[in-house]
Amino acid sequence: MKKTWWKILASVLVVYTAIAGLLLGVPHLAILNETIRNLYFHVPMWFAMIVLFSISVFYSVKSLSSKSEIDDMKAVESVNAGIIFGVLGLITGAIWAKYTWGQFWSFDPKQNFAAISILLYFAYLILRNAIDEEQKRAKISAIYNIFAFPMMVVLLFVLPRLKDSLHPGNGGNPGFNSYDLDSRMRMVFYPACLGWILVGYWVYTIRFRIRSIETIMNTPYQNETKSVQDSFVTAENQSITNENKQQHN
Amino acid sequence: MQLAKEVKYLIHKEVLLEWRSKYTINGVLLYVVSTIFTCYLSFVSLGDKLAWNALFWIIMLFASINGVSKSFLQETKGQQLYSYILASPAAILISKTIYNTLLMLVLTTIALGFYTLVFDSFTPPDMVLYYVAAIFGSMSFSTVFTMVSAIASKAGNGGMLMAILSFPIIIPVLILLIKLAKNAVDGLPWENSYDEIAMLLVVNVLVIATSLLLFPYLWRD
Repeated sequence: MKKTWWKILASVLVVYTAIAGLLLGVPHLAILNETIRNLYFHVPMWFAMIVLFSISVFYSVKSLSSKSEIDDMKAVESVNAGIIFGVLGLITGAIWAKYTWGQFWSFDPKQNFAAISILLYFAYLILRNAIDEEQKRAKISAIYNIFAFPMMVVLLFVLPRLKDSLHPGNGGNPGFNSYDLDSRMRMVFYPACLGWILVGYWVYTIRFRIRSIETIMNTPYQNETKSVQDSFVTAENQSITNENKQQHN
Repeated sequence: MQLAKEVKYLIHKEVLLEWRSKYTINGVLLYVVSTIFTCYLSFVSLGDKLAWNALFWIIMLFASINGVSKSFLQETKGQQLYSYILASPAAILISKTIYNTLLMLVLTTIALGFYTLVFDSFTPPDMVLYYVAAIFGSMSFSTVFTMVSAIASKAGNGGMLMAILSFPIIIPVLILLIKLAKNAVDGLPWENSYDEIAMLLVVNVLVIATSLLLFPYLWRD
């Protein structure tokens, strides 16, 4: 119970935002109308993606200095989880765009840059597949991951501002700032962000655990299996206790 | 000053090697010229200046992938080991980047001259700004591709990886370059382009800084 409270919190928050996001009142703005509710479902996906990719860069930096297989695995699994959220963000955005802009994909700069930044991470995964040797793979892919991260930040946060976009928040279209005044939306939006970030983290921990069990099962020698198993178990316990410490603090 | 000395020496070595064989410069030059001809023959009816501008940058993109990727991909394992003994990783990266920038600058200048010669109607009204875009283009292409070619060469899976890894990284730069060059083609005053120039500088500094931080890890085997 002690270790799972944040998972319960995540589930409660996501269920709450799904219900409250569809039922509670929203301000009526031109063009957006009721589609404004997509804010609760579309924007948190990007927040979760950014958090997961940041975790991945953190572990990539760590694996460069520690050379540990576990850090490398954490980096790749958080990228995997982040890509899921990025694709969900693109899909929720495209569905919204169908009803407000008239097309699923209208080559809006925001859509393009988001898609390109996901391509970066697909390239990362392909780079991993191209290298057989494990140590080398960990090192080279960590380097590419760190090299690509600032580019993703430029793509997602800087370049769209230089271009004319129809996306809310750009070029005089009603955006997040105008809802900031509305406390009803804030009541749902902030919990939604926190909830989805926690769910993203949860997905990542599960994927990491599956991957480490697979690695243990695929290790051919019994003695080695024991030591690898031990190291994974201790690493995982450590990460869980660290998490708890951080969250209690 | 040890670093500056090493860099100077390594650039001298690169230029000398290139001067002896003249393989890259002639090869890429022929590549650019034949691509321009192919494009001309395929798109004769294309009258739009902006489309020609975009085409120029796409041709330069592929030319620079071919030209710059050679810097690490063509070196043998022995050569890499030898230079690892002789010089610091930072010196190797800086010298390669500077050498590639010079190479791309020469290539872009020749390609731009040829382009304006062949497509008489293309000649941008603000040639100086267009040339500034070309300088930034050769600089950004060489900074990004040098690091990516180092990564691809270490992964040991040459050309294909090079394209996959570098395209998502170069697209933002390419978009900025095309926008800057478009301003020159439209003959807009320089004030309109300061945003793009500043952004290109920021991206280049970012790429160089991360490459310098990461290259020592990559170089060490």
